Amino acid sequence: MTATVTTAPALRRARPITPLVAVGDIAAIARRNLLRVARTPQLLVFSTIQPVMFVLLFRYVFGGAIHTPGSTYVDYLMAGIFVQTTLFGGAQTAVGLAEDLRGGIVDRFRSLPMARSAVLAGRTFADLARNVFVLALMVIVATGVGFRFHNGAVPSFVAMIVVLAFGYAFSWVFAYIGMVVKEPETAQVAGFIPLFPLVFASSAFVPVASMPGWLQGFARVQPVSVTVNAVRALTQGGPIYHWLWQMIVWTGLILVVFVPLAVARYRRI
Amino acid sequence: MADTMIEVAGVKKAFGTTKALCGVDLAADRAKVLGLLGPNGAGKTTLVRILATLLLPDEGSARIAGLDVVRDADAVRPIIGLAGQYAAVDETLTGRENLELVGRLYHLGRPEVRRRADEVLERFSLTGAADRQVKTYSGGMRRRLDLGASLVANPPVLILDEPTTGLDPRSRVEMWGFIETLVADGTTILLTTQYLDEADRLAHRIVVIDYGKVIAEGTSDQLKDQLGGDVVELRVASPGDLDKALAAIAELGDGKPQVDAEYGRLTLPAKGGPATLMAAARRLDESDITLEDLSLRRPSLDDVFMALTGHSAGADGSDGDEPQPADDAGGGRRGTT
Ligand SMILES: Nc1ncnc2c1ncn2[C@@H]1O[C@H](COP(=O)(O)OP(=O)(O)O)[C@@H](O)[C@H]1O
Ligand SMILES: [Mg+2]
Repeated sequence: MTATVTTAPALRRARPITPLVAVGDIAAIARRNLLRVARTPQLLVFSTIQPVMFVLLFRYVFGGAIHTPGSTYVDYLMAGIFVQTTLFGGAQTAVGLAEDLRGGIVDRFRSLPMARSAVLAGRTFADLARNVFVLALMVIVATGVGFRFHNGAVPSFVAMIVVLAFGYAFSWVFAYIGMVVKEPETAQVAGFIPLFPLVFASSAFVPVASMPGWLQGFARVQPVSVTVNAVRALTQGGPIYHWLWQMIVWTGLILVVFVPLAVARYRRI
Repeated sequence: MADTMIEVAGVKKAFGTTKALCGVDLAADRAKVLGLLGPNGAGKTTLVRILATLLLPDEGSARIAGLDVVRDADAVRPIIGLAGQYAAVDETLTGRENLELVGRLYHLGRPEVRRRADEVLERFSLTGAADRQVKTYSGGMRRRLDLGASLVANPPVLILDEPTTGLDPRSRVEMWGFIETLVADGTTILLTTQYLDEADRLAHRIVVIDYGKVIAEGTSDQLKDQLGGDVVELRVASPGDLDKALAAIAELGDGKPQVDAEYGRLTLPAKGGPATLMAAARRLDESDITLEDLSLRRPSLDDVFMALTGHSAGADGSDGDEPQPADDAGGGRRGTT
């Protein structure tokens, strides 16, 4: 056995990081993060309990007091819940990265000849996969409390893609936050700071028209609202493209700003 | 072949107002261990992070196998292995998965990844625990896996940051054995340590740093010779006698005596050797001091450190299980590790 180990180490030539190599690195990191998720199922269970509570809370506690013209509240609500769930789940990206930073494993990764984007991209893709699972679960819960897709299979499928794509873009915001704050506990809290105004001052749970005038301006154009509106239109009917193109612009913008920011931060951490 | 594999010239690094490194020079030859010895906060980890391409120096340059760690970072990474101060392994993965992950990220082919992981597990006696999650591992096993992970790609240069800090004495000796076989196989190692006995045992050359500056350099023997001879060491039976003993023999020494109040110990540089010992014995006897122990010995690196810096190495003693004897009242080193 030892005979093979005792060969003197050779100078290994650097292999250029081609896109194919980068994809392999991203896959290796994503696989590692998904293995972690699979081996701590209790974490996954707890991360689904919170959104289910939100469903019950809004459906049965607040719902009666919220008037939504043109549809039942449960049909109105679920577009918001789907988007909120993937966004809140994305906060795990910040926490997970901060944990890796503290544990020193990011130092090891940074000392390896791997693609500089792989640790972050692998993390966000793993979180995307987790979101697919959580979203599927939420659809089941939603159906259980009376939600229905009223607009046909293809638009409903597109709606799910929209939810996941927006959540994916936002996980880069969380990646950036995780790299900046570095402490898992702080990351947990810091991640929610941008989330709260965006999720609650939006059309996710209440019609924007019910808000005071000064808030309506913000609530109408901000990314969560336009995404929720797109999802609502896709699942319930209504003007789809008006919201969809805005959602696509926002998603693209978030990626264009936060991917380079997060990767630059990773290089210099 | 004695070519230089690690070369550091005039490296400076500051964090805000903290000057972690103030112009460090050092060099390590192929298939040798360079020991970087210094107390907590001396700047060891900072230098390690610069060499491992994790941190940019403010000034100066560092080269590994002739490649600049800043400009040629992409070429440096495939030829180095890093085992940091804290075991950087994934707790939820198994030992084997950890090694295979690192192998893949070094871009070894799949069969090679598998073969190397098996070899490393075997070498570090982890085969039995290979398919268990790392969170079930002991501290020693984690460190072994961490060192193993840095070896997956068989890199010619290894950078080990305090590889035995926090280990129990048995795991420490075991780790020393592993490091020695690696060097015998031709690996060049930069090893940082707070432990004088570790540097003494493993390092071909030792660079002593303190407050970000190199304060001495040479082989273990050369450093000891800087003291210029032997050391008289004594331990008093009752702590109250320590001051009296110091007064009695202080003028016999060829340097500043060192007092270790906690152990009732006193050491005195003594070029005169046996003659100084005899004189000390007479004076102590005249002063009616009862001794536990009186001896003449070669200076240890601790004596050297004391003579160079006026304080002992590793005086911080933060993590409890430090295998080396404690020091005098010197006490508070700077905070973090
Ligand atoms: N990221 C950092 N930010 C601020 N100060 C730091 C940082 N890293 C190290 N230092 C400071 O630099 C000095 C040297 O630290 P370090 O290289 O970790 O020492 P050692 O590894 O020898 O214990 C210490 O004073 C430490 O507090
Ligand atoms: Mg350190």
